[in-house]
Amino acid sequence: MSELVEVRNLTKVYDKKKTALQNLNLTITRGKIIGLLGPNGSGKTTLIKILNGLLNPTEGEVLINGNKPGPASKAHVSYLPERTYFQNSMKVRELIEYFTDFYEDFRPERAREMLASLNINENDRIKTLSKGTREKVQLILVMSREADLYILDEPIAGVDPAARDYIIRTIITNYNENATVLLSTHLISDIENILDEVIFIKEGHLVLQSTVEDIRMIQGKSVDSYFREVFAC
Amino acid sequence: MAWNLDSDRPIYAQLLERIQMQIVAGIYQPGEKIPSVRELAADAGVNPNTMQKALSELERSGLVITQRTSGRVVTEDLEMIKETRNQLAKEQIDEFMKRMRNLGFEKEDIIALLKNETGGELS
Repeated sequence: MSELVEVRNLTKVYDKKKTALQNLNLTITRGKIIGLLGPNGSGKTTLIKILNGLLNPTEGEVLINGNKPGPASKAHVSYLPERTYFQNSMKVRELIEYFTDFYEDFRPERAREMLASLNINENDRIKTLSKGTREKVQLILVMSREADLYILDEPIAGVDPAARDYIIRTIITNYNENATVLLSTHLISDIENILDEVIFIKEGHLVLQSTVEDIRMIQGKSVDSYFREVFAC
Repeated sequence: MAWNLDSDRPIYAQLLERIQMQIVAGIYQPGEKIPSVRELAADAGVNPNTMQKALSELERSGLVITQRTSGRVVTEDLEMIKETRNQLAKEQIDEFMKRMRNLGFEKEDIIALLKNETGGELS
């Protein structure tokens, strides 16, 4: 029962002509922080959207805890999309209530604690927050669920280095030992120290799935340098 | 990141060295409790499993001991801490000697230079 996610022969073709994923096979186990890495257009977001049931596979399947994406899997997957989806007119407090209503595993006290530590006022409206603060609020909400799988699409892309450190700490301190965090990014050097494993994908194919320590030991270089080598243009 | 890790060496080895250094330097005193894996990992900005691995290795060497009631503590075996300290010093000296030789200095030259630097206190 340690296999959390199974991706089997997964293919996704858009409009019958654009192949985003081609015969992808992957296994993701519990208790890991995993980086999903690949250049722009390699299929990262497509894979993430399929895992979240937002897109249907053209062929093959994905299983989360043995379930196809749907209500049963979504109850245990906490997803941070690339873009924020909050209603601008909502207050932070209303978002917390919304999440409390929506997700059985949401822990409002945990969210409140983190918001307070960042001096984010619960009575502020989303539209009055800076882009970086909005992203932090969203990550706090996502990480305040007791999920089995956290899927974070580009969690650190739009924020300054200090906020990145905060986000990284938030990820480390908030996932539980049986849960897995799958995150996509192209800011590898900022995040590689917190990863157990990396998955490299290129043009919809799996290039490599390895532990970070193995890459450093075998290649004698950082994941960031190795990525630049594998994906050199 | 607060711990300033090299990007081309395994992280776990660097964590190990760093904690060893802190014990030897007395930042963690003999018998003192060491923060939890989660806290240390957050502080270092590293994966908790990697930090766990480093601490397990320290446990195996005996420098750190797990107590059922109070978590992980630094050993109270002062002899062992001293030995670790000497070992780390030896590594530094070996590295220094290697670099000096790369600069073209012989052992005698190096000793003379050191004496000069320290006002002749070395003998």
